[in-house]
Amino acid sequence: MTNTIADIETADVILVTGSNTTENHPVLSTFIKRAALKGKTVIVIDPRKIKLTEHSQKWLRPNPGTDIAWINGLMNVIVKDNLHDKEFIKNRTEGFEALQETVKQYTPAYVEEITGIPANDIVETARLFAKAEKASICYCMGITQHTCGTDNVKSLANLSMLCGHLGKAGSGLNPLRGQNNVQGACDMGGLPNVFTAYQKVDDPTAIRKYETAWNISGLSNKPGLAVTEMIHKAEKGEFKSLYIIGENPLVSDPDLNHAEKGFRNLEFLVVQDIFLTETAKLADVVLPSFCFAEKDGTFSNTERRVQRVRKAVEAPGFTREDWKITCEIATRMGTKMHYNSSEEIFEEIRKVTPSYAGITWKRIENGGIHWPCPTVDHPGTPILHTTQFTRGNGLFHAIDHQPPAEVTDAQYPLVLTTGRVLYHYHTGSMTMKSDGLNEMAPECFVEISPNDATKLDISDGEMVDVFSRRGKIKAKLSVSTKAVDGTVFIPFHFAKAAANRLTNAKIDPVAKIPEFKVCAITIQKAA
Amino acid sequence: MSKENTITIDNKQFAFKAGETILEVAQRNNIFIPTLCHLKGTTPTGECRVCVVEVKGARELVPSCAAPAVSGMFVRSESPEVIKERKNIIQLMLASGNHNCAIRKFEPEDWTSFHLKVLKEDSYNELCPVWGDCKLQDLAYRYQVTTKSLPVSSSNYPMETVNPFIIRDFSRCILCGRCVQACREIQVNNAIDFGYRGAKAKIVAGADVALKNSDCVFCGECVQVCPVGALIPKETFKNKKRFDKTESVRTTCSYCGVGCQMDLTVQNNKIVQINGAKEAEPNHGSLCVKGRYGYDFVASSERLTTPLIKKNGKLEEASWDEALGLVANRFTEIKTKHGSDLMGVLTSARVTNEDNYVAQKFTRAVLKTNNIDHCARL
Repeated sequence: MTNTIADIETADVILVTGSNTTENHPVLSTFIKRAALKGKTVIVIDPRKIKLTEHSQKWLRPNPGTDIAWINGLMNVIVKDNLHDKEFIKNRTEGFEALQETVKQYTPAYVEEITGIPANDIVETARLFAKAEKASICYCMGITQHTCGTDNVKSLANLSMLCGHLGKAGSGLNPLRGQNNVQGACDMGGLPNVFTAYQKVDDPTAIRKYETAWNISGLSNKPGLAVTEMIHKAEKGEFKSLYIIGENPLVSDPDLNHAEKGFRNLEFLVVQDIFLTETAKLADVVLPSFCFAEKDGTFSNTERRVQRVRKAVEAPGFTREDWKITCEIATRMGTKMHYNSSEEIFEEIRKVTPSYAGITWKRIENGGIHWPCPTVDHPGTPILHTTQFTRGNGLFHAIDHQPPAEVTDAQYPLVLTTGRVLYHYHTGSMTMKSDGLNEMAPECFVEISPNDATKLDISDGEMVDVFSRRGKIKAKLSVSTKAVDGTVFIPFHFAKAAANRLTNAKIDPVAKIPEFKVCAITIQKAA
Repeated sequence: MSKENTITIDNKQFAFKAGETILEVAQRNNIFIPTLCHLKGTTPTGECRVCVVEVKGARELVPSCAAPAVSGMFVRSESPEVIKERKNIIQLMLASGNHNCAIRKFEPEDWTSFHLKVLKEDSYNELCPVWGDCKLQDLAYRYQVTTKSLPVSSSNYPMETVNPFIIRDFSRCILCGRCVQACREIQVNNAIDFGYRGAKAKIVAGADVALKNSDCVFCGECVQVCPVGALIPKETFKNKKRFDKTESVRTTCSYCGVGCQMDLTVQNNKIVQINGAKEAEPNHGSLCVKGRYGYDFVASSERLTTPLIKKNGKLEEASWDEALGLVANRFTEIKTKHGSDLMGVLTSARVTNEDNYVAQKFTRAVLKTNNIDHCARL
């Protein structure tokens, strides 16, 4: 997030898109709901009638996979009405002319054709957003999980920059991180192309820095493979081993039938986890580890705040802490890795990670600090880009609408979109151990609009078979006004009826994110 | 100090900011004023009146939570009048329901067989489950309120236990409305409200249905703010031993990316309750249903406890030495035979920064490849 969670509540207009906030980030959603209660304007742009629409002044319902079009549509109106922030554009950005040229054709009428959003709503929303003194955008996987996910995000950045709603309190572009330490895993270089703090692995300076710090030579300067690419190669026999720490890709990966083949094809699979997950069951070796309540360490939250994790209970049986297991494997392979404590690791992180250099465990004892925090006397950075962007000037990207990788046809006439429910978390390995949470959300469901259910002649609660080009699952039909005609929602938590048997593994070429939010399916009464 | 922006409480002058209440000025200056219905960050309701103070020139005692500080005000926070009124209020509250917390009279000879049984058997269910952790009980002790002459009244409404997380015991509800404020103004779920009138008054969910049939999403904000034993977490009172030592550990929630700060109550190496950390960023005490109640997995009997190695297609228990030796050997073999770039590591958005750092260091420095990723995109 460019801004903080608390900052959202201070915006005059909050635009929420591709985020079912009350279910996926319940506590963050309270900030949005409180803002609405105090009379601030909340705009929801989402095909599903999510709970947040009850708190919003405006709700636009785009066809899935048409985000660039409606964002360009808003910008078309803003430029036409002369509501853009000329000073911000002049002083802080470049590339405005190209953007202006591209958005010209995205008239409200043209956008209505693509997105299904009434032209008038595009006009009103554009004016609300642009005229606000402070406007914040919150988005989540509904924006990113598309083959054009990167372009979707760039388009939102265009919109924020166009109105000067960046680099100040109550504004900003705020991606909501879905997992406790997804921010930290990225910051720590748990990505194929970067070391910690996004230092590129093909940058000779960065390589020298790390070789010196680690007292080692021969670091690879070749960017690695993303998870989806590794699995794809494994399926073809071109990938041999995987060491998986605390992940369950056999429920969370797209196109599971293919992914499963990939995993089975590996010569050697090691899974380190707290439970015998679907993925661990396939492993050659399973290593038992600690859960969060048994560890000392840090997590970095969605607003870049580095916070302490503290040991509360002793871990069961013969389990060991994750980093200790990894160090032991390294040492047995001939490269000694040894730390006396988690804090000692953090001290090493500080030395090679400029944005974390000023953060110490002592400093965050009573409350976290937002990175970047370059020195120990730096207070941290709650709001990014206040005077300049990372590259200097903000670059507008002129982007055109592009359809999803798979569109509906006569054989697969419905759109499938996947996501989470309030009572479960990701692949359920933790939440499904709770009787209470299971009681509230016991099983998978297929959420469909009343009109579509009538067309199919299937009633609420009946079992249905759902087919895509890649697989089939069986689950209960849930007829709900939350669903828009033509689009079906299925939560991906449930291994027994894994929505990811249906999803498309086509990925965004830059971010390598799969298109979980659009694929084509068909439904019939269960055989 | 100019008279313009100061008030006097108990003969001391204090500056105040426009809009501050008497209570806020007092609290900021460590002057004790008891509260029950008051909930920080929400509109004052003045429902319980236990925070009354004496204001010079006012005809009646004033609820300090709802009264704005006015320049030149003279306030007495605990005058005999105030104490008398507070005692009255507390006594009425104690008499209004099932408040059997052994404060009916303080002399030992008045102890009943009920109290003796409670002392002997910790698990004695009749005793209020929040005994020792109740604001009303604390105030009753502070103001030495006894209720010997008053009968313990029962409730018009049966206890609700049909949902998996929260027990609603109407017999112990003092109708202070904190839960309603928390639900409507902090979490903004609008699931509960005051219902019925007079002696029949009750906090209702929706059109007086069970919580699980209402808009309630079991965030538990109401439970955390309930000053008495009317709203209690089901799991906690199944597992927590009243008189065993507990410890509180501040940590970060392990579910979504919001990073809520929470306090784990630990007893006998087991988490028995989770509360949102008050006054802490980013959540200021709020949590969601998963963060507050979804901790069963920690002590689950399904936890892995020993390394496993696949032998003849079946995972079998193994020693660490055997498992780690096998992993190191196989990785070394594959690296030699196929090269580093046919190997990969999936680190995790679930583990700590320190775990992640070590995992990427292992991948790059030991396996000598950049094939490391995690489920950020999934």
